[in-house]
Amino acid sequence: MTTYTEEYRALVAQTGGGQVTEAFRREVAAAVGPGGLISEPAQLRTYECDGLTGYRVVPALVVLPVTTEEVAAVVRACARHRVPFVARGAGTGLSGGALPVADGIVIGLARMRAIRSVDVADQRAVVLPGVTNAEISAAVAQHDLYFAPDPSSQVVCTIGGNVAENSGGAHCLKYGFTTNHVLALTFVSPDGEVVTLGGDAPDQVGPDLRAVVLGSEGTLGIVTEVTVRLLRRPEAVRTLVADFPDPGSAGDAVSDIIAAGIIPAAVEMLDELAIEACEKAVQAGYTLGCPAALVVELDGVGAEVDEEFQRVQEICRANASTNIRIADDAGERARIWKGRKAAFAAMGRISPDYFVQDGVIPRTKLGSTLTRIREMSDAAGLRVANVFHAGDGNLHPLVLYNGAVAGEAERAEHLATAIVELCVEQGGSITGEHGVGSDKACSMTAMFGPEDLTVMARVRAAFDPQGICNPGKVLPTPRLCGERPGPYRPHPLEAAGLIERM
Amino acid sequence: MTSPDPTSQADLHPEVDALAAAGQGSGIFDEHHPPADELISDCVHCGFCLPTCPTYALWGEEMDSPRGRIHLMKMGKEGAVELDDTYAQHFDACLGCMACVTACPSGVQYDKLIEAVRPQLERNHRRSLPDRLFRGMIFILFPYPSRLRVAAVLGELYRRLGVRSLVHRTGAIRLLPARLQAVEALMPPAQLRHLATRTPAVTPAVGTTRRRVGFLTGCVQRVFFADVNQATVRVLTAEGCEVVAPASQRCCGALSEHAGREPEALQRARELIDAFADAEVDTIVSNVAGCGSSLKEYGRLLRDDPEYAERAAAFSAKVRDVSELLAELEPVAPRHPIEARVAYHDACHLGHAQGVRSQPREVLRSIPGLQVTDIPEAEICCGSAGIYNLVNPEPAEELGRRKVEHVLSVQPDALATANPGCLLQIRRYWPGELPMFHPVELLDASIRGVDPVAAAGSRGRPALDARTSEPGTF
Repeated sequence: MTTYTEEYRALVAQTGGGQVTEAFRREVAAAVGPGGLISEPAQLRTYECDGLTGYRVVPALVVLPVTTEEVAAVVRACARHRVPFVARGAGTGLSGGALPVADGIVIGLARMRAIRSVDVADQRAVVLPGVTNAEISAAVAQHDLYFAPDPSSQVVCTIGGNVAENSGGAHCLKYGFTTNHVLALTFVSPDGEVVTLGGDAPDQVGPDLRAVVLGSEGTLGIVTEVTVRLLRRPEAVRTLVADFPDPGSAGDAVSDIIAAGIIPAAVEMLDELAIEACEKAVQAGYTLGCPAALVVELDGVGAEVDEEFQRVQEICRANASTNIRIADDAGERARIWKGRKAAFAAMGRISPDYFVQDGVIPRTKLGSTLTRIREMSDAAGLRVANVFHAGDGNLHPLVLYNGAVAGEAERAEHLATAIVELCVEQGGSITGEHGVGSDKACSMTAMFGPEDLTVMARVRAAFDPQGICNPGKVLPTPRLCGERPGPYRPHPLEAAGLIERM
Repeated sequence: MTSPDPTSQADLHPEVDALAAAGQGSGIFDEHHPPADELISDCVHCGFCLPTCPTYALWGEEMDSPRGRIHLMKMGKEGAVELDDTYAQHFDACLGCMACVTACPSGVQYDKLIEAVRPQLERNHRRSLPDRLFRGMIFILFPYPSRLRVAAVLGELYRRLGVRSLVHRTGAIRLLPARLQAVEALMPPAQLRHLATRTPAVTPAVGTTRRRVGFLTGCVQRVFFADVNQATVRVLTAEGCEVVAPASQRCCGALSEHAGREPEALQRARELIDAFADAEVDTIVSNVAGCGSSLKEYGRLLRDDPEYAERAAAFSAKVRDVSELLAELEPVAPRHPIEARVAYHDACHLGHAQGVRSQPREVLRSIPGLQVTDIPEAEICCGSAGIYNLVNPEPAEELGRRKVEHVLSVQPDALATANPGCLLQIRRYWPGELPMFHPVELLDASIRGVDPVAAAGSRGRPALDARTSEPGTF
């Protein structure tokens, strides 16, 4: 088997191994006080999953610290007792990144939600990890500033989670991901040290460890303070919804818009089923029965936006658009976005259960990939709704099923996996923004070779040699990814006494 | 069907056999309308409810969030947990504000879920003795206007004889348990001349009669806010409505329903339906958000009662908040200007539970010169929530102070809200004295050509740096 190197196997085999003992519990309680500790079984069960409910593990303890010092003290106790810990923000993740570890603890950051400071002149703010994405923009709106990354769950997801997942959103086509908007992090390493990564200046001296931690899905440590970059609100924003007779034409329109040299702030596509769900949930005014709708938003300097907005409409019409709805005011624009942003959660309106998939394909393959997804959906006898960031080829197929029908959940899961594999086959990737987490760890081998994974595991081990920081996430655990445990062979590092296996 | 005296705790156990047992009651719940599996499974655990949940805003804990509570309900149905104090406390901590219902993109009917769980707790969970006594006291007093009037007189004596200032000056008040302190602080001043006031059984319309409407006079409302009721009648008649207020009407059961005291709530609903049976009205008007919301639920509440189910549904269909009715009617009475900046506070049971948000604002905007201002974080409850600020005084206080901070931030000359509970709660934590009105009172003043905000003088607007460290005094 060449999927993993021996070194990799040895590195990922490190997973703490400590137990939540009475002594450990006392240490943690001393760090956060009795009010910061959750230990009743029924209460612990409410932490058994995040936004991905298919995977559930009940943690041994949940801790709710309120300061960096408390987080560090809890992490130090974990390090001493080799107890695994999982950081959790609002628990809205869709890849099981905050899935607890059995015999481990959850460190919930929901009580760390102060906005420390806002520096208007230098356009930055210092916020604690439990502040929601939308709260940052709300807090600085009076200064005509905003925080650009806008994941659809922005009213609830927290900046700590955004940093962990390097979240994007509808507007990342033009503005980039969280990493482009974070200057510095206060970081608690897995041995409990508190360090600052990055700094107020946009350019870093030395290796950019801030960038290493950003998007590491909580596997390298816990971020307890974030310095974010704020942008000035654009002078003009124009938004339209264009209906198309089929997804292929909509896909072609997107390619033509980009080819015309226009960089929209956002280009989103919804298909017929997605529109149906959105309309049932929030009545955002999308055309029911329309096979594909594009939401195109332009922002920037007034004159430029006006001219490009005309061009976008021409391009849509040239690609057989059947109807173009232009938002006349901020209220109308908000309605359009409310519909789009509620899309995942709104699936509950048209299906009892669903898988949210997240994959990336080259933009030019939009039409053909959607056709393939349709064929696979028909073959599986399951409905697939599509909502996605069309501008950067980030697909979000939603596989709808009924968990009460025997076997349907398995079929749906199989279809969801097949769709992601299709993305890789088309030259794309297994995740655009939802992260790898627990859900897609096993798919990592579809994208990365043994050496790639080994380097990742080395980086992780450099931060967390005991393997106590969100173990089992991102990097595939061979034993759990369809591989039977083989005969034990000591790794050279193990033989040299540099690492040890529990 | 006759029901026992609703005040007796022992009678909270319904005759389960006589009632249709819908849903598959299982786990820790009994068979009488346990939270339905199909409603529970609507929740996809996305978390969009978290930021609007007052208890999550306070504590940041999953089990005190809507999705956490639904998770607990699911475990309850599976029998995976015990129905103990820990379990019950998370439902008791829920304010029932329904902000999560507004926020949920999947259309989860948390209102139906929590209203199914509360009676289950009342039947199947034994609270501590002090808790039972305290709740019993509330329900022996509040739903009875006659008893409230006695309490109001005693309260006035307590105030006027200087006992109140004595216990506050000496600090003796702090010896009382938090819940009793809350009762003491929230007890509104009664205007003795109002205690004798009764809404006439029929008040004719001014000019041409456009509608004949029934009017719910409420319990706390008719005793402590009789002037709001008078204003409501004046406004409705000025707008061409003949107002019918049957003298036989008693408590609507809203407090009981929201506390899970189902048999009591059902009995009160039946009695109120009977009280309006001969009123011959097309519309039944409430000026209290909590009551109106409950009246609109009668159809669901009495769905198992063969004798009342149909009448209850017909009754509910007629119910309107007073602002809904006024927004529906083309204004005929001339308005006079009130030059003031008024912050409008959405009562949860009007905004979230009834979806009535634009109408009260429209009513206020029909007053020339009046500027209506929204309050930041309007979706979060002020902590009043029926009897919540009496039974859970600590979180209620935090929420009350939080709301006051937000009201202060918009620097209003006055506050308008359509629920007496919110009004008392905000007033308790307001630093100084803010003129507070039911929207209909402002409309009444405008029609009568008086300016109540100016009458209250400049003391209405406290300095922006005023903070809520000391509770406001009456």
